[in-house]
Amino acid sequence: MSVMLENENPVLFQRSGARLWTAADEDEGVHDPSTTGEHPLSLEELNVVEQVRVQVNDEDSTVGIEFTPTIPHCSMATLIGLSIKVKLLRSLPERFKIDVHITPGTHASEDAVNKQLADKERVAAALENSQLLEVVNQCLSTKNP
Amino acid sequence: MKDALVLVERFNAHPDSRCWHVAWNPTATLMASCGGDRAIRIWGKEGDSWKCLSVLQDGHQRTVRRVAWSPCGTYLASASFDATTCIWKKKNDDFECLTTLEGHENEVKCVTWAPSGNLLATCSRDKSVWVWEVDEEDEYECVTVINSHTQDVKLVVWHPTLELLASASYDNNICVYKEEDDDWECKATLEGHASTVWSLTFDPSGQRMASCSDDRTVKIWKCQNIEGPGDMSWKCVCTLSGFHERSVYDIAWCRLTGALVTACGDDGVRVFKEDPSADPDQPVFSLAAHVSKAHSQDVNCVAWNPKEGGVLATCSDNGEIAIWKYQDDHE
Repeated sequence: MSVMLENENPVLFQRSGARLWTAADEDEGVHDPSTTGEHPLSLEELNVVEQVRVQVNDEDSTVGIEFTPTIPHCSMATLIGLSIKVKLLRSLPERFKIDVHITPGTHASEDAVNKQLADKERVAAALENSQLLEVVNQCLSTKNP
Repeated sequence: MKDALVLVERFNAHPDSRCWHVAWNPTATLMASCGGDRAIRIWGKEGDSWKCLSVLQDGHQRTVRRVAWSPCGTYLASASFDATTCIWKKKNDDFECLTTLEGHENEVKCVTWAPSGNLLATCSRDKSVWVWEVDEEDEYECVTVINSHTQDVKLVVWHPTLELLASASYDNNICVYKEEDDDWECKATLEGHASTVWSLTFDPSGQRMASCSDDRTVKIWKCQNIEGPGDMSWKCVCTLSGFHERSVYDIAWCRLTGALVTACGDDGVRVFKEDPSADPDQPVFSLAAHVSKAHSQDVNCVAWNPKEGGVLATCSDNGEIAIWKYQDDHE
């Protein structure tokens, strides 16, 4: 994307590689490399999403994810959270309750972003905005490196 | 919990979409529902089951968030994310779009008629509440725009007998408005919820309100001077916490039985009953009935049948409507 990078030189993390298949493997959506909309690297390489910050409870039908913006003033935090939420909504069976939060203490507007992501009416309205939906789809579509 | 909530009927109302709201007409002969498919559906009873009588599809360009029947039952108002409110008139079995109310900057979240039928209120993501006046020629005129909230206004509801309006917001507060000297003003701001207030309902007497929130609680509020002039003083007299596992999206007080019902993001429907022997200033509510998987997804709305005590309708993210009968053990 031709936007200015807010964090040009991020700390890089190794992708966790191919995971071992488990029966309760409901969270594959997040581990698909996705771009943050501002960075050519995947969310996992930037450590925005990590496997340890994904909680899946198959019995209770809940999935909780914490994501970590690369810088505390990242203006893309809401978009990243929304993209993660959309990816999960599209990938998981409908019975799952999906909670997407910012890793505590890692963003200046943590509470405001969390509240917005948890508001299903706002999320529904946002996804009816075709321009925003296109940006979300761009964030989620990526070539496998 | 000896009481029970028994399923009467369940049907798919908005296939492959979310059903946001369902509303009984005043005589309980019809229901209207709306959803993410941008459609409004009118339901009528044929024999023992509810059938779709008509689909109103060309009124809105985006999600229809809420529908409301006028007190006479002739008109239906619909609020949409497309920033407009449509007024439909019932002609025999058909509905015709009379007018489209424009003015809100973005998503209209709720519309509701005053008990007189002469006033209509709408609220929006644009943080404002609008009051509209209706004349005999079916003309609608905005009489006021109130900006008392600092965030989206999720719901507006009229008092059952007085010309008094209350609103619930993403700013965690509830505002109560009255007309004074030809001007609508916020006369009370009720603070107490820790997150978005999704819905509000007045008790049958109109002296109390119940609110439900993203903070997973229900609060009961009481007003000492509801009919007097000037600012009102509302006090939270009871908080129901620990019952709901996720956001509580809707709450309704039954005018006929006094029972309180909630719709929750944990897929559950719960009926609460008030202890009649408790002090009205310190009311005690107990969970009388609970269906934990009332729907397979979030329950968005609960509506008591206005004619048949204990009958209620719910609707869900999975597009379904369900009809339930609440059976009070002591009846």
